[in-house]
Amino acid sequence: MTQVDILVLGAGPAGMAAATEARARGFSVLVLDENARPGGQVHRAVEQREAKDGQDRDGAKLAAAFRACGADYRPNATLWAVEPEGKVFWSEGGAARSARARRLILCAGATERPVPIPGWTLPGVMTVGAAQIALKTAGLLPEGKAWIAGQGPLLWLYANQVVAKGGRVEGIVDLSPPGGLARAAWHLPNALRAPEYLVKGLAWQQRIRNAGIPIRRATRLVAEGDGRLERIVIDGWSRSAELLLLHDGVVPNTQVTRAIPGCAHDWDAAQRCWKPRLDDWGNTTVEGVMVAGDSGGIGGARVAALAGRLAAIEAARALGKLTADQRNAEAGRIRLEWKRQRAPRRFLDALFPPLPEAAIADSTIVCRCEEVTAGKLRGAVALGCLGANQTKAFTRAGMGPCQGRICGPAVHGVIATARGVDPATVDPFRTRFPTKPLTLGELAALAAE
Amino acid sequence: MFRRTEPTDCTIRWEGRDIPARAGESLAVALLAAGVAAFRQTPVTGAERGPLCLMGACFDCLVELDGQQNVQACLAPVRPGMVAAMQRGARHFDLAEDAA
Repeated sequence: MTQVDILVLGAGPAGMAAATEARARGFSVLVLDENARPGGQVHRAVEQREAKDGQDRDGAKLAAAFRACGADYRPNATLWAVEPEGKVFWSEGGAARSARARRLILCAGATERPVPIPGWTLPGVMTVGAAQIALKTAGLLPEGKAWIAGQGPLLWLYANQVVAKGGRVEGIVDLSPPGGLARAAWHLPNALRAPEYLVKGLAWQQRIRNAGIPIRRATRLVAEGDGRLERIVIDGWSRSAELLLLHDGVVPNTQVTRAIPGCAHDWDAAQRCWKPRLDDWGNTTVEGVMVAGDSGGIGGARVAALAGRLAAIEAARALGKLTADQRNAEAGRIRLEWKRQRAPRRFLDALFPPLPEAAIADSTIVCRCEEVTAGKLRGAVALGCLGANQTKAFTRAGMGPCQGRICGPAVHGVIATARGVDPATVDPFRTRFPTKPLTLGELAALAAE
Repeated sequence: MFRRTEPTDCTIRWEGRDIPARAGESLAVALLAAGVAAFRQTPVTGAERGPLCLMGACFDCLVELDGQQNVQACLAPVRPGMVAAMQRGARHFDLAEDAA
């Protein structure tokens, strides 16, 4: 079993920044990342692409510093267990590996919130994030009858990236609940502390209009087809479609932290998601386990990179390299910028509240792996099911290979609305190690380690 | 569904036919670029599915790759000449293969 000072999970902005900062302070650092190259989702393939905007330049800088920092970087490595005293297990090249670390900094990023509309399981229906990955890693543009639907900043960003590369979509179906601006106005003064976010957002929408792409507001969207997507129905208006890209914001990826015994999570009413309970430095309620970036609460790439640095500085204090006063002094300017970059978040949360789970039709599949409908979940609630974990026994929801990664927020929301209670009082899926499927062959390799 | 804006440099086999691809990109992206929408049939109802997330979370892009079942196509980099097929239902054991 390898011994290291600090193990970082994830090579997105938070992970790259945390590893670089920790290396600069003389620690041995091991970085595990599921992807082939550093960058995470937001800076996917950033080393291969020409930098097109500030975000690309941020990512390229982070990746270059990370590559040069001397961390033991393991791409294509999937973590599947964290045990007490910093023991970590992962799979790499078809074999399981383990390490013991004095500090863990988990930077698992975010996943897109599910958009369970009728027909969303049909081949040809994907997420906007998925299409963006296809664009960033292989230059794929949507072609033919392609539609984008949902809400949130990523939707507009992706549409802009498509237009900028000479691509086109048939239209954008804006499902955002009406009254967003009125709700969000209260948070506007605070959001203007980092006005670049709002300026960017308005420019994105304008460019789509200038490109002549129709934007249609709607409340109900259905995907239809025999075995694959053939058309979409927008508030009763049928249109042929071969690609439908859905988006409804992102939620913290808490798959690993929820599986760690004693790691407390809280319901965030503004972002409508669960997130690990963290102090200002990223410490969880488990000694030695830290979280940085979107997996601790959605803040975006810049916030994530700053949080990664703060976590590494705090780890330096915990491991005896800095006193608390030295830590505070070194973190000062990073902390100020971290606060400024977080300022627009409440505005964005109010502008794009997640689509209501109560509106999911009974016949719509929520858990894609086990093909469990919203109606079945509501039926379980009628029989006395109180939370997501009990639903597993009632319906098998969340028990397929994705382990609730995709459906988790929707299952939780459907149960809370069916029960008519505060979502904070409804338990989310408890996750278990291994948090990713593992073959016996992979596991057996541990014996030879 | 999608079109490429960058050149391909190799071919891979999908369900017995040749598909152009670029080494290093994910198998899932290569299939999508070739117009393949359905990657697997679910173990529950046999319904066809294609990738949803392309980032390792959804497990809807499972394929059989070079004889190994239940491989996430979005996390498998393209190697020239790789042979892939749909993942049909749950992982299954081939008795003849076990005996060999």
